[in-house]
Amino acid sequence: MDPVREVEGRAYPFGLKNVDTDIIIPAHWLKTISREGLGEGAFEALRKDENNVFDRPEFAGAPIIVAGDNFGCGSSREHAAWALLDMGVKAVIAPSFSDIFSGNAFKNGILTVALPQEAIDRLMEVAETDPISIDLENQTVTTPFQDRFTFEIDPFRKHCLMEGLDEVGLTLERDSAIAGYEARQTGEMPWYAKGTALSA
Amino acid sequence: MASKPRTLYEKIWDAHLVERREDGTCLIYIDRHLVHEVTSPQAFEALRLSGRKVRRPELTLAVPDHNLPTTARLDEKGHRIPIADPQSAQQLAALESNAPEFGIRYFGATDIHQGIVHVVGPELGFSLPGATIVCGDSHTSCHGGIGALAFGIGTSEVEHVLASQTLLLTQSKTMEVRVEGELSPGVTPKDLILHIIGTIGTAGGTGHVIEYRGKVFEEMSIEGRLTVCNMSIEGGARAGLVAPDEKTFAYLKGREYAPKGEDWDRAVAYWKTLKTDEGASFDKSVVIDAATVEPTVTWGTSPEDTVSIGGEVPAPESFADPSKQKAAQASLNYMGLQPGQKMSDIEVQNVFIGSCTNSRIEDLRAAAEVLKGRSKAPGVKWAIVVPGSGLVKKQAEEEGLDKIFIEAGLEWREPGCSACLGMNPDKVPPEERCASTSNRNFVGRQGPGARTHLVSPAMAAAAAVTGKLTDVRELR
Ligand code: SF4
Repeated sequence: MDPVREVEGRAYPFGLKNVDTDIIIPAHWLKTISREGLGEGAFEALRKDENNVFDRPEFAGAPIIVAGDNFGCGSSREHAAWALLDMGVKAVIAPSFSDIFSGNAFKNGILTVALPQEAIDRLMEVAETDPISIDLENQTVTTPFQDRFTFEIDPFRKHCLMEGLDEVGLTLERDSAIAGYEARQTGEMPWYAKGTALSA
Repeated sequence: MASKPRTLYEKIWDAHLVERREDGTCLIYIDRHLVHEVTSPQAFEALRLSGRKVRRPELTLAVPDHNLPTTARLDEKGHRIPIADPQSAQQLAALESNAPEFGIRYFGATDIHQGIVHVVGPELGFSLPGATIVCGDSHTSCHGGIGALAFGIGTSEVEHVLASQTLLLTQSKTMEVRVEGELSPGVTPKDLILHIIGTIGTAGGTGHVIEYRGKVFEEMSIEGRLTVCNMSIEGGARAGLVAPDEKTFAYLKGREYAPKGEDWDRAVAYWKTLKTDEGASFDKSVVIDAATVEPTVTWGTSPEDTVSIGGEVPAPESFADPSKQKAAQASLNYMGLQPGQKMSDIEVQNVFIGSCTNSRIEDLRAAAEVLKGRSKAPGVKWAIVVPGSGLVKKQAEEEGLDKIFIEAGLEWREPGCSACLGMNPDKVPPEERCASTSNRNFVGRQGPGARTHLVSPAMAAAAAVTGKLTDVRELR
């Protein structure tokens, strides 16, 4: 996974509350065999409205979404995070997130930033015309107009995001421990190590 | 540590600990990984995108089951018959190319080894006692029947196992389900597990790993133990276990991937130590008197909605818990049943004998024994027998069971998940009833609007003969 240190650029001034994962990616997209290409289905229902924020040309490829309270509630589908990632989103700023969604977002390298409603209101305003900048190291969100908001984040998640470590990557860092276990097992219980290699 | 008495689960857990992290989560080594077409495509894709390899390809086995139609797979000329549903076809094609790309052994649709993952693993000796076994499928608990610690995982975890052969886990609590005494004649392992789930409820085992203990399980065949452990997840437990014993060793010996020669002797010596120690304690304990278990069926849309075949559809008011009363009423509406109806008066239009719960040779023998010389009732429109694997199918045909089924008016199909879930073409029509040997009677599970009654293979056969839910003991 790519490290996330700073996310900077235009932000969709979305603002909707209680956006569930069905809104982010509808169920009929789940039969796919890929994590990619889901961006096309992201916010499908909302995008039927021709004035929707996601299709306004000035926001094309924007890496940030500014959203309302309780973003990502509902079904646990990991496809919601995959869909955002596929449309180029690297961070979502909202007053709060569902636990499952923020876990899935984290697993896929998407930063979820929780800020109070007043800050969100201000960012919604700025997003209409100017870029927003998120600095993960210093845990701040800033605008070109001297706005500066600080946010909290779990230190473990911060570390993983900054180093670009996904859970698999983190485990693979423990390679010597895993290899040590394998050597022990092959010595003491060799029958588990053979698997399908046993027969042709 | 060594002096403290441990449960079987704790022994297997300890034997697979790679390391314990500061926050208490543990990196656990995974010995066996089964992969099917539905929950694996994104995991393989993620490996490709990150340029990662499969750490130990020989510890993973791939086989398609959920999407495969159970009708003929080859035409007269021996060519593969294409799969009609484009999305099913795409998922199947993905597994067929992912497995060789990552060096994983794969048994395709026309291979005799193909079958439902949870039938294939034990029957090939790929699943072994004392092993940790995972699969992107909740019924992985099945493999606990041979004394393995086996549980279902999500797609991100499938990727994690492929890449690292480990999982980050927190240790579960332990629960014993002790069955005392003996089962009455005509009462099968399926009846017992339905009765157990009816007793503990679908949340009874949540957060726990169940060990099934007592003479009934010691005397039970391995296939019966697989049936029992299969439905542990329906009782809320992620895994279920029966301690391995001489029966387990006899079942596994000589199977394709089972250890051979000196490895076998060493393995058996180790497996004999895999028992809960005298004095070890469980976090939770449930005791059931085997003599009270009757042939059991479900009346509602949750696997805990069980009643003996001699019983009646319960009234929602008979439940103490108000939320259960509501759920029961909703179940009865969906199932089209009235309180007080006798279970043995309920007519069925469909019969399904199959699924990872009940599609092994002993299950088919039990059904054939009832069907022999009889034929299906006129009211039964659709009755299919779906063997769990190509090897089960072959064995059944060698024993002539297929002829018994066909002569009785049932269809004999190719292996797969089939009507257990409505993902392939085998579905139960809306508002029709099915006596089914599968494991879930959820709303819409066997097709939109389908009404499922979970039963044992012998009871499913009896229902085919009479056209109603029937106490199979009355047919003997
Ligand atoms: S037979 Fe049914 S329960 Fe078993 S793996 Fe297939 S779909 Fe799942």
